[in-house]
Amino acid sequence: MEHLSYTVTAPRAAGGTRRQAIIGVVASGNLEVLAERVLATDTCTVDIATAARGFAPVWQAVIADFVALRAAGGLRLSINDGGARPDTVALRLAQVVRLIEEPEA
Amino acid sequence: MTALPSGLSWLEASARQRLAALLDPGSFAEFIGPEQRERSPHLRLFDLPEQFDDGMIVGRATLCRTPVLVAAQEGRFMGGAFGEVHGAKLTGLLRAATLLGRDVLILFDTGGVRLQEANAGELAISEIMRAIVDLRRAGNRVIGLIGGRAGCYGGGGLIAGCCSALIVSEQGRISVSGPEVIETNKGVEEFDSRDRALVWRTMGGKHRYLIGGADGYVADDPAAFRAATQSALGRSPGLDLSMLHAEHQRLTRRLARFGNARDGTDVWSTLGIADPDAIPGLADDDFRHLADACREVADDAR
Repeated sequence: MEHLSYTVTAPRAAGGTRRQAIIGVVASGNLEVLAERVLATDTCTVDIATAARGFAPVWQAVIADFVALRAAGGLRLSINDGGARPDTVALRLAQVVRLIEEPEA
Repeated sequence: MTALPSGLSWLEASARQRLAALLDPGSFAEFIGPEQRERSPHLRLFDLPEQFDDGMIVGRATLCRTPVLVAAQEGRFMGGAFGEVHGAKLTGLLRAATLLGRDVLILFDTGGVRLQEANAGELAISEIMRAIVDLRRAGNRVIGLIGGRAGCYGGGGLIAGCCSALIVSEQGRISVSGPEVIETNKGVEEFDSRDRALVWRTMGGKHRYLIGGADGYVADDPAAFRAATQSALGRSPGLDLSMLHAEHQRLTRRLARFGNARDGTDVWSTLGIADPDAIPGLADDDFRHLADACREVADDAR
């Protein structure tokens, strides 16, 4: 396993009021993303445990795109990855910020 | 959790989607949620990925306003297999149910015990079986729902055997030894694990319903599982010695009646089904109609 950790400045704060959201499962080519609203609204952290070693530059690029495109400020994101492709990672990240915006059930 | 739009597949849904679609909206409260990061202490020794809930989601909820405790296995994480934390969450839930006097729903989706933590997993299976017996003897129900991708195999099959009622879809499979295990140990002449039609004729939901191994047969649809669960929650609970005696007699009769069958179709012929080869192709409603006229009875103890 490889562990990566990034702290980035997020131009937009995450919407909604939910404290946390989780999406995806840990399986081959898939990943889970846990989002927790615990940080200052201009900051986003991403902690990754991945089965695929040596892809740090790709993770960095996907996360840079993600915070530029989505409202991720205030979120601590924790990822368990089973070797997902970058497009799957981008999809799960988009899903989790969408999910945390939803009203409490 | 995201609600599953009605009409979508139980088979395809994740464990969290199944819970959202099965239970009363907004009623689910998770115990030891993913934010507590109660992960397997063993997988990291094998350099394997972990999941924050260890593939087992437990909590309380209501179903048609009846309070229940629920557990759901995520079959896509390590094949839904039982490890130390995964099993302990279910054991704890069942013991809590005994204290609270609640019925329990178990959404099975498992290949059995996780090989990387097999001792802990096997111990968990026996603790869970003991906890189910205690809960049932205290007068509560344990209802198993089976229709996931991993089926319900190995220790999961043993736990299912202890439940008060099982609800299965056509896609659901229930057994202890899986197809590959049988082929490895007994040879391909005994069981060809690549013959998927054979797997479903001998372990699939239709066959299990016909021989009395499951109490409810439903479509691959969360709404159908919900309706059947509500009905199972209305049945009388309990477990005593006379039920076990009756069950042993039923199993003795089943062995005498079907012991020489080589395939599911032989069993279905013996049940009096005129065209057994047509069973796998029947639509759910047609199948249930036919099956209810000739199937072996299921009862509370299996």
